[in-house]
This record gives sequence, C-alpha cells and structure tokens, in this order.
Amino acid sequence: MLNWVWLGLVAVAVVVGALTGRLDAVTRAAFDSARTAVEIAFGLVGIMTLWLGVMKVGEEAGLVRGLARLIRPLARRLFPDVPADHPALGAMLLNIAASWLGLGNAATPLGLKAMDELQKLNPRKDTATDAMVTFLALNTACITLVPATMIAVRATLGSANPTEIVLPTILASACATVVAATAARLLRRLPAFRAPLPPASGDDGGDA
Amino acid sequence: MSFSAIAQVVSTWAIPLLLLLIPLLAAVRRVKVYEVFVEGAKDGFTTAVKIIPYLVGMLVAIGMFRASGAMELLASALAPVTGLIGLPSEALPVALLRPFSGSGTLALSTELMKTHGPDSFVGRLAGVMYGSTETTFYVLAVYFGAVGVTRTRHAVAAGLIADAAGLLAALLVCRALFG
Repeated sequence: MLNWVWLGLVAVAVVVGALTGRLDAVTRAAFDSARTAVEIAFGLVGIMTLWLGVMKVGEEAGLVRGLARLIRPLARRLFPDVPADHPALGAMLLNIAASWLGLGNAATPLGLKAMDELQKLNPRKDTATDAMVTFLALNTACITLVPATMIAVRATLGSANPTEIVLPTILASACATVVAATAARLLRRLPAFRAPLPPASGDDGGDA
Repeated sequence: MSFSAIAQVVSTWAIPLLLLLIPLLAAVRRVKVYEVFVEGAKDGFTTAVKIIPYLVGMLVAIGMFRASGAMELLASALAPVTGLIGLPSEALPVALLRPFSGSGTLALSTELMKTHGPDSFVGRLAGVMYGSTETTFYVLAVYFGAVGVTRTRHAVAAGLIADAAGLLAALLVCRALFG
C-alpha cells in the first residue's frame, strides 16, 4: 500500500505542478525535503545513543521485563503474539508513556528500541508483524496529555485561555487511539493484508 | 492545582528521574552500569543512519505534493462534502495535511489562528486537530525504517483510519464545547 501512496504523491505532484506552472517549486521541494530528512535522522543520533544505552542498563537490571509483566493483562489482548515477559512490551510501555507526557525526544528512541525487539520475534524480516502494526497504529494516534507546542502558540497569539484546547485534544486523541487498536485488529484478517507464511526451514529469508 | 499543571510537573521530572533510577536500581543489582550503558549505546548511530533512505523517500514525496498545490485543489474539491458535517472550509487543509506533515500542520494552524484569532471556532478547532493524532507517514517511515521492514501490510490503512477518527472527533468535541 505504501508503494501506491508514494507513487501517487509523486505522480500527482508532477502532473499538478506542470498544470499550475509550479514545477520549479516541486523540484526545489524535492531537494529541500531530502536535506531535511537527513537532518532529522542525524538529529536523532545523540538521543538515540543515550536511550539505547539507558535501556540496555534497564534490561540488564531486569527492569524492562518487570515493566512488561506490569502490563501483561492489557498486552496479552493487544499483542497476543508477543511472549508475556518479552522486553518488547517494556520498551513499548516506556515509548507510549513518554509520548503521553509529550517527551518526544525520549519517545522516538524508546519506540525504535521496541521495534527492534519486535523484529527479533519476526519470522520474515521484511514484513510487518501484527504486533508492529498495532504498536504503530497506537503511535500514530497518540494521546498527548499536554499539547505544549499548541498551548505556547495560542499564548503567543494572545488567546484568553491558551489551555482550553487540552481537554478536547485528549478526548479526540483518545478516540483515535481506540479506533487505531480496533482497526489494526480487524484489518489484519483481510486477505490483502494477511501475513505471509513464515519461510520454510532451510530458507533463512536472507533479506535481513 | 490544575490538571495541566500537574502534567507539566510530571513532564519536567520524568526524564531526570528515569535517568537516575534506572542506573541506580541496576547498580543495586550489581550491573556494571557504565560498561553496559556504552555497550547498548553503540547502536545509536547505525539505527539513526538506517532511517535515512526511508525518511528521504517519504519526505521528498510529501514535499513535492505540497509544493505542487495539489493539496489546495483537493481541499476545494472536498469542501462541499466536508461542509455537510460542519467542517469549516478553512480548517479542511489542516485535516488533510495532518497525516503527512507535523510541522506543516503546525504552520497552517498558526496561520489560521493569526487570521481568525486563537479563540475563534476555526482557531480552536485547528489547535485541537493538530494534537488529535500523530503524523502517520512520518511514524511509519521512521519506525519501519529502523528495522528494515518494507512490507507494511495494514499499517497505512490502520494509521489513516485512526487519523480520520481523531480529526472527526476533534470536530465533534469542538462543536459540542465551543460551537
């Protein structure tokens, strides 16, 4: 599906750009975006390194497994394919807690750590597992308890009550979260999205 | 103490406490904290670099799409339909852009709040829409990129359905509270 979305965006951009006479802008946007993407990735290096180190310490101390055990009842329903005390669950819990608190700098590295742990359980390394999709769906619909950026913008623009958007934002994102978990669960059974069979023994996949 | 004040305090304390408590508990359990930290941290660079091709691909496509003006065309085509559910046409581009670009949505929302005032219905709605969901395509590119997954199965569909639900909920909640 991502193949079609990607091709669609590029194709529409070039056709519409040609029709509206904005092809120059389209070209410039392509180069600028490429640079921005690399800047974002390199911007992650420091915090990524920090959190991977801290997570390793937490793992060795048994804390990540402890966290995993804490959310076992919920995790069993959301991620039935992940073993009950697997470190992936601890990392996912930390990621979601960090995004609820609006700690974006911690949330991304912790989430990537969770993906890394989920990938260890994945029989086909190039294909998403049910657990990965559920986890990412929860992430793309994330609840933020304090939308700090928006509150700051509203305050700057002279709002009489900058924080009045907090409750509606929590309600809306809670709704998105519930729908995300439900959609991930229902869609995985559709023929178009069903997981392929794990590679037969002897075929090691070789695509990692 | 208001809810957001409490949450603010928790946000301030969460990171320093984690950075203190994790190594402290580990040390109590006889983990060689510094050695283990360095051992885990050495993958930071490769993980960040691994994301680059996925992120470049995604951001370039989205950047081109936005620069072509296709978003405005789509918005004007959809406006009569979304008007039926009470979505102001000014706020429609914010909703359409939300799954593709976080910074773009923030810029659009800020623009709307400047034009209509932060306490107008459109201004409040844009603010709530911005926080109602995450940037789906960014999350998918970064998270799947870090582990090298290219077949994403139902992830795009689930993410977009969740976005639609969040944006629709934002509209309904704003109409109920501020309408």
